[in-house]
Order: sequence, then C-alpha cells, then structure tokens
Amino acid sequence: MSNVFVALGRSMAGSLRDLLPIVVVIGFFQVVVLQQSVPDLFGLLTGLLCVVAGLTFFIYGLEMGLFPIGEVLAHSFARKGSLFWLLVFSFSLGFGTTVAEPALIAVAAEAASVAAEGGMIDATEQAMKSYASGLRYTVAVSVGLAIVIGVIRILKGWPIHYMIAIGYVLVVVMTGFAPQEIIGIAYDSGGVTTSTITVPLVTALGVGLASSIEGRNPMIDGFGLIAFASLTPMIFVMAYGMVI
Amino acid sequence: METLSQLFTILLSTIKDVIPIVVIIFGFQLLVIRRPIPHLKKVLFGFAYVIVGLALFLLGLEKALFPVGRLMAQQLTDPEFIRGSMSAVGEVLHWSDYYWVYIFAFAIGASTTIAEPSLIAVAIKANEVSGGAIGVWGLRLAVALGVAVGISLGTFRIVTGYPIHWFIITGYIFVVIQTFFAPKLIVPLAYDSGGVTTSTVTVPLVAALGLGLASTVPGRSALIDGFGLIAFASLFPMITVMGYAQITEMVAARAKRKQKHEEMVNEE
Repeated sequence: MSNVFVALGRSMAGSLRDLLPIVVVIGFFQVVVLQQSVPDLFGLLTGLLCVVAGLTFFIYGLEMGLFPIGEVLAHSFARKGSLFWLLVFSFSLGFGTTVAEPALIAVAAEAASVAAEGGMIDATEQAMKSYASGLRYTVAVSVGLAIVIGVIRILKGWPIHYMIAIGYVLVVVMTGFAPQEIIGIAYDSGGVTTSTITVPLVTALGVGLASSIEGRNPMIDGFGLIAFASLTPMIFVMAYGMVI
Repeated sequence: METLSQLFTILLSTIKDVIPIVVIIFGFQLLVIRRPIPHLKKVLFGFAYVIVGLALFLLGLEKALFPVGRLMAQQLTDPEFIRGSMSAVGEVLHWSDYYWVYIFAFAIGASTTIAEPSLIAVAIKANEVSGGAIGVWGLRLAVALGVAVGISLGTFRIVTGYPIHWFIITGYIFVVIQTFFAPKLIVPLAYDSGGVTTSTVTVPLVAALGLGLASTVPGRSALIDGFGLIAFASLFPMITVMGYAQITEMVAARAKRKQKHEEMVNEE
C-alpha cells in the first residue's frame, strides 16, 4: 500500500514541477513588472492544488486507459484485416472528436462575426449561425479525412514529408485566393482542433498500427496523424471562405 | 459551494467531450471487432481518471491562473502601461516600445507548453517508442522554445501589422528545407508536435493576449488581427524539434569521433 503512495507522491511532485514555470512567470509579471499585489491568495492556492491533482490523475489515467485502448484497437483492426472498417473507424474518430470540440465551436462563432463584418454574409443571427455550423462541419470532415489519409499513409508506408509539403503548397496557393478576413482564422483552426483527449488516443492508434504491420517503423510511420489533422482544416476553412 | 457547482459543470462538459469518443470506440469494438476488450475494468478506470483529472485541471486553471493571466494580458497591452516607460508624452508608439509584451509572450508561451497535458502524453509515447533515444524533457523543452519564439513573433506581427501569410509561408519553406537535413526518425514527430502544443492551457491565455493587443494597438482590428497567434505557436515547434534532433545527432557524432580518435591514440 505504501508503494502506491510513494508512486502517487512522486507523480504529484512531477505535476508540481510542470506547473512551476507558469506560476513563476505570472508571479514575476504581477509583482515586478505591473507592481501589483497578488489577489485572492487562498483561491490561488486551492486552484493550484486542483491543477496539480488534475494533472496527476490525467497522466495516471492516460497510461491505464487511453494508451492501451488505442493500441488494442489498432492491433485488432490489423488482425481483422478489413481496410474498409479501419477507414470508417478513422473517419468517425476524427469527425466525432472534432465536431463537439468547444474550442472549435468558439472559433466558428467568431469566424461568423468576422464574415458578417466583412460583408461576406448577412449580419443576421440566422445567417451567422448557419455560417458557423457549416464551418464546424467543414472542419470536422477535414479532420476525419486527415485521419483517413494518415492511416492510409501508415499502411502504405509513404514518406510523410512529401505529403505535408504538398499540403503546404495548397495552403500557400489558396491563401492567394481566399478572402483576407478568413486567413487568420483558417491558420488558427489547424491548431485548435486537436484536443487533450484526442491527441493521446490518435497517437496510440498510429503507433499501434505501425508496430503491428510488418515492415513499418513505429517511430517513422506511427507518428504524423496529428500533423495531418492540423493541416487539412486550414485548407478546408479557406475553401469554405471562398465558396460562401 | 460555488467551487463545487463549478466543478460539477466542468465535469459535465468534460464528460460531454468524451462521450463521442467512448461511443465510437465501444461501438466499433462491439459491432465490428466483436472481441472483448482486455482488462476492461482497468481501461474504464483509466477513462474515469482522465475525465476527473482533466476536470480538476481545468477548474484549477479557471480559478487560479486564467483570471490573473487574462488581466495581465490586458494590462500589459494597455497603451497607458506602455507609455509609462517613455519620457515624452504624446509620441507615437514604436514597435520596440512593446518589449514587455514580447517578453511576456515568450515566457507565457514556454511555461504553458511545459504544463500542456497532451504534449506530456506525446512525449511519453515518443520516449517509449524510440527506446529512450528521445528524452521526454528534451522534446518538451524543444517544443516549449518553439512555442515561445512563435508567440512572441506573433505579437510582433500584431504590433507591426505585417500580413500573417508572409511569416507563415516563410516558416513553411524553412520547415520543408530543414526536413531534408533533419534525422529521418524525428520528422513525423516534429510535424506532430506542431498540432499538439496548443490545447487546454495555451489557447485561452494566448487568445487573450492576441485579442488584447489587437484591440489596443492603433489601426488593428481585434477580429482580423487577433487571430493567428495559434498558427505561429504550431509552426515553430516543428523547427525547434527538428533542430533539437539535429543538435543531439551532431553531439553524438562528435563524441563518437572523439572516442575513435582516443582509441587510435591508445593503440599507438
């Protein structure tokens, strides 16, 4: 029993160390640069305690639940040998985890107000709402496709850098044609789509697939799914801005 | 009491985020794979830990760090504060007068990245897969440096008002060229680290900084120029992670050469 506590204590200490830099930065700017006192010390301390405990639990659960399930799924799909179902699964995972992502919902709503201000759509609530949800589904479909493309790449063993370079060329070319107002949002949408729970799961899936297929190196072929998932939304959001 | 209800709300929204994932995984497991999940109980406990952990993490951030951080972003970008360091009043602000903003952007980018849970997850996995060749801390520090440089450059762009795509396209060209010189093993991981870095901790603080800046710098629109910091934060980690691998490779090669040289000397 005492072993568990030692392990828990050690990972708590680890979480504390992960958090220390933010505390130091915010403390320094508050006290030295802005020369203000620290408000609500008690709230601050309880909040920090929550963060440390939360990070500890998260990492603990990661190794117990998220990583194993990703790998188990990858192995079972590889054993089953049905490409169709693997691709259906990849698409649903990308689409399903993205469409409900709070960060994306926020970005889509802001994009709608940018579009309304720029005169691309009517400035009515109705038009903005349909623009925002259209954008959300566009991004979700693009992430689903990204995971599908990424999984096919793992199966075939294609080198990633050519594919990413082609994606970049597309982004650059489309930047020239897309409406000015949408560009910043499009570039940002690549980064916000991948959430804290999706990332470990998708990483475990990729590494699991690459290690259960003969001739694939988990290091070279297993990573890269996230890269696709952050590239395709840029292309699709710009396309959406051009079409609407 | 208020904290408890807040925790409950956050817990509920975290569960809502996880539901699609759980439905997809278990649906496919039951209908397509039709095989029981090994150690099902352990996996379910793991999921529960992840949900509780994430909810506590978000609650703590919302209580302790985000309010101060957001307020700070506003205060630092306030023209009053920036003028405070200047002797003459009424002078037009130069981009270099915003130096505290750049320093803050750098520091907050680096420190939030270190605490980013999804980056920790990827670093653990990379360490495991590479058999220890890629250090958990090495990767995390490399990514943190990339985000720090990216965000401070992004704030510089908002202040100066240069178009975002010049920076991003230059960055892309750099990444593509660097890819040909970087060790092959690191490339996919480096590409991944771009997307991984920006989630729960970094996005809220960085978004506040961007919006604060864009709404106070004369001639910028919050709606158009406030965006784009995340894009910078996802571009530069690719460069620093590949750079990290190149440097480690160089050091290892030099050590090997030195060893060989010493062996030869000893043989003589």
